Amino acid sequence: MSDWIDLHAIWQIVVVGVLLGAGLPALFAVGLRVLSAPAAGRTAQAAAGADSDHVYGGNPVGLVVAGVCFAVILAAIGYGIYLIVSSA
Amino acid sequence: MATSIATNALNPRIAVALAGVLNLVGAFLSLSVAATIASGLVDTGVVTLTVVLAGLCGGIIWNLLTWLFGIPSSSSHALIGGVIGSTIAAAGAKAVQWQSLFSKVIIPAGLSPVIAVAVAGLGTWLVYRISKKVAAGARNHGFRLGQIGSASMVALAHGTNDAQKTMGVITLALIANGTLPSDASAPFWVILTCGLAIALGTYVGGWRVIRTLGKGLVEIESPQGMAAESSSATIILAASHFGYSLSTTHVATGSILGTGVGKKGATVRWNVAGRMATAWLFTLPMAALIGAGAYGLAALIGGSAGGVGVLVVLLAVVVLIYLRSRRSKVDHDNVNAEWTGSLVPETAEPAEPVAA
Repeated sequence: MSDWIDLHAIWQIVVVGVLLGAGLPALFAVGLRVLSAPAAGRTAQAAAGADSDHVYGGNPVGLVVAGVCFAVILAAIGYGIYLIVSSA
Repeated sequence: MATSIATNALNPRIAVALAGVLNLVGAFLSLSVAATIASGLVDTGVVTLTVVLAGLCGGIIWNLLTWLFGIPSSSSHALIGGVIGSTIAAAGAKAVQWQSLFSKVIIPAGLSPVIAVAVAGLGTWLVYRISKKVAAGARNHGFRLGQIGSASMVALAHGTNDAQKTMGVITLALIANGTLPSDASAPFWVILTCGLAIALGTYVGGWRVIRTLGKGLVEIESPQGMAAESSSATIILAASHFGYSLSTTHVATGSILGTGVGKKGATVRWNVAGRMATAWLFTLPMAALIGAGAYGLAALIGGSAGGVGVLVVLLAVVVLIYLRSRRSKVDHDNVNAEWTGSLVPETAEPAEPVAA
């Protein structure tokens, strides 16, 4: 069977796909959520109206955590490009 | 990029321009798939220039026909089908390496949309769950940015993957002609030409396919768009890295379908998905048939005149399909129009001039 189906490659693709393909957008969502979290003592509505385009909710801790999330995502993208280039 | 257009993350023209440039860049980044496509599937010893030409005919005609209907058929499958058909016509079924055809083409084709649906579905579900408390305006704004980034990665991955398949075919032709030794890799001018051709083709437009994917299959919001593009980019790049050649088309379509499955209450048009799946099933055999027919025509005329004859027929068919597509145009103006069950949006007919 293994001559017909490359199970090893498929297995690797599924794992990488779930970890990065689904994990990175989830991490992005986490970053967005903490970034838009309102500062202590204010409600979400007061910080930004529901239809407002303002992503930053005014909470400095959220800003730092979001920065970490986005940095991890950028690093993963950078590593991905590095892998493509180095496999040539 | 279809999803970035559908969610208004990018202006349609800017989106295709960006995709085109990134495709070109991608073509230069990695060269690992090119060699395998050329040598693994058919016995290169029996491949002549006529076989390659006839194979290309099969691939191009089938691709254009399905694209006319807005169905994203895999160009790599069509190409492979065409070359297999013309090889069989030229040298019999023995010249085809059936086992590698299964393990390298057919099995991945069946699996890749399934993997893509699962990954994109999971990603979409997570993204909506996590960002539930984020205000709608902020959420859309944020995810549009993320979507542009992830869609750019898909375009880059598409360049690394699909430009290589094109290079594989041209390299196959050069090997057939004796210009290159049989274990050669693609020369620089081939890489440049393929990259440019794919970039140009992206820019002039797959508007019909973009419309089907962005509007027809699933109604997409920006968080879904980002989940779909991340899933596509990751799977294509991972597959490319592990030397497993997947159809970009199948992965991208599967991912978009997955975002519809992963979001509660999303509109998924299964009849559109079904039509695509049917077209995919027919891609290999139909392209093979056309390829075999083209080879037959060339053999009937004989010699280099045969090759010229096939080329003329091919050009005629291409022009015909192009003219047909202009009669009901889909372009950057109407690509995002409401999906009402048909590919070409219904528009008010321009008034006929009364006096002749």
